[in-house]
Amino acid sequence: MKTEILKIAAAHLKPFLLVLSLVVLYRGHNEPGGGFIAGLMAGMAYVIYAGAFGVIQAKQLLLAKPLTFMGLGISLSIFSGTIGLMNGADNFLTGVWTSISFGDYMLKLGTPLLFDLGVYFTVAGMLVKVIFSVMEEDV
Amino acid sequence: MLFLPILIPLISIILLIASRHRLKLQQWLSIVSVLAQLIIALTIFFNLSETGHLVAQAGSWPAPYGITFVADYTSAILLIAVSLIAVAAIIYSIGFVDQVRQRGGLFVLFQGLLTGVYGSLLTGDIFNLYVWFEVMVISSFVLITLGAEKQQLRASVKYLVMNLIGSMLFVAAIGLLYSQLGTLNMADIAYKLRSEAIPPLVNSAIMLFFIAFGIKAAVFPFFFWLPASYPTPPIAITAFFGATLTKVGVYVMLRFYSLFAQLDAPFWQPVIFVVAGLTMVFGVLMAASSYDIRKILSFHIISQIGYMLMGIGLFSVIGLAGAIFFIVHNMFSKTATFMAGGLIYLYKGTYDLKKLGWVYKTKPFLAFLFLIPALSLAGIPPTPGFFGKFFLLYAGFEGAHWTITIVALVVSILTLFSMVKIWNEAMWKPEVESANLSVKSVRPAAWVGTVIAVVFTLLLGLTVGFTYDYFAQAGQQLIDPMNYIKAVLPELIAK
Repeated sequence: MKTEILKIAAAHLKPFLLVLSLVVLYRGHNEPGGGFIAGLMAGMAYVIYAGAFGVIQAKQLLLAKPLTFMGLGISLSIFSGTIGLMNGADNFLTGVWTSISFGDYMLKLGTPLLFDLGVYFTVAGMLVKVIFSVMEEDV
Repeated sequence: MLFLPILIPLISIILLIASRHRLKLQQWLSIVSVLAQLIIALTIFFNLSETGHLVAQAGSWPAPYGITFVADYTSAILLIAVSLIAVAAIIYSIGFVDQVRQRGGLFVLFQGLLTGVYGSLLTGDIFNLYVWFEVMVISSFVLITLGAEKQQLRASVKYLVMNLIGSMLFVAAIGLLYSQLGTLNMADIAYKLRSEAIPPLVNSAIMLFFIAFGIKAAVFPFFFWLPASYPTPPIAITAFFGATLTKVGVYVMLRFYSLFAQLDAPFWQPVIFVVAGLTMVFGVLMAASSYDIRKILSFHIISQIGYMLMGIGLFSVIGLAGAIFFIVHNMFSKTATFMAGGLIYLYKGTYDLKKLGWVYKTKPFLAFLFLIPALSLAGIPPTPGFFGKFFLLYAGFEGAHWTITIVALVVSILTLFSMVKIWNEAMWKPEVESANLSVKSVRPAAWVGTVIAVVFTLLLGLTVGFTYDYFAQAGQQLIDPMNYIKAVLPELIAK
């Protein structure tokens, strides 16, 4: 069921979804969004691509194995929790914040964002891993 | 401090995944990790405050807004027990489980299961508890299916469906409770129930909790998933399940009874006694009628859960101390029997009692290793099983709960009967001239793990004179949870 329409759409959707997922990831702290949804979007970018061009081609586009992304994600989340430990042994997961200003705009960075980034990678890796395994079975 | 029992297995998971192509490294990492967990558990135990509590707030958000982690004597004792038995179980599985399964993520999943168990033991927030339960379900589900034999897959469906129903009821109860009280912090709920009029639907929520935990703990009438699923994976995994999953269910019941349900004791006590009695009787009868070592021992898990419930129902210091002691005793004795049964399988190639024979003649030390925990399960002094039952029966007679106490006594005799049955059939009977049973190679780690578990069992029985005080203190804490509430919510109480 490889159609030209899907191929064109998938090729254009992939970068779009990836960028959008980062936006959703960042706004997640105060507004709807967050690491989980963003991770699903990023994963879907590759799933749609695999639907159009096949799993093998989609796998080549991944920078690393899905399992590596999952490991990276869990590591990031745990690491973000341990940053708070610098302020005392009982401060696991306590938020630590910093900000960078670009002229008028202030970019707020903190351990919750890092935690969300971990969730993002974990969810995206998991989704790609599961769906690719199922799609491979079909062939 | 209180987060370390969760952090250590989590970090181990990452390291194990990173070293997934190097089996030797994985094995050593797992052992080091559980030893570290044991040290942390002991540190927590010896750092409990004067009232016997240790509290930490995740993310420094004060209770009841943040997620609280609490350790008291009950959870600290069980923390130590779980990490002790994890040491034995991991060493045993290195020797017992085949290479394919070991490479397929056995150690990662063990650490995942441990994360869930420690989390459930320490959390002071009901929704967080739900999350830890899910962590346990996911890890244990994959452990059951690991290796993907047909029989395992069939069993895993029953296991998963039953656990999902349990989780669904659990979430429903959480929603109901939150709608009535507006909080999910256990201490906060306990405080509200004690200081305000109890809203009518709270009792429904507690009943739903009871059913959900009953499914996890495999009590009557929700036990049927256990004998269907436990005997199918390699016995090293079953041994670890028997020591952790159902026991956490009982622990949570203990906690909820202490904090919430004891306010309505006239209703709950008979319910618990009926369920406890039926659980004991059904478990032991099914065990008496089967002829497979794994099945007999799995049914016994159910039967023994009944004793723990009985301790909850008695709700006196000795009764609760007995229940907690019984949980620990069961973790050790049951795991040790499973392990010895596994060794018999490795040498004889079968779990079927009708085909087994002459283990005592060919492997006397193995027969001895089996005998100690088996006698402990039956309750013969000086094994821990005797003391556990002694405390419970003493508390039963003291509180004049005749029926349940007599049921417990009779079930004890039937337990002895099925242990003697295994002994007679597998150890003393002449070997059946059966066809070539495939004998697997036995790696020394399997022996080491079994010996460790048996030594733990013996030590628990022999040191009961020194440890009883701690169990009694744990019981005392559960009877009067005011100090627990004060420890979690210091400001609220001060007002």
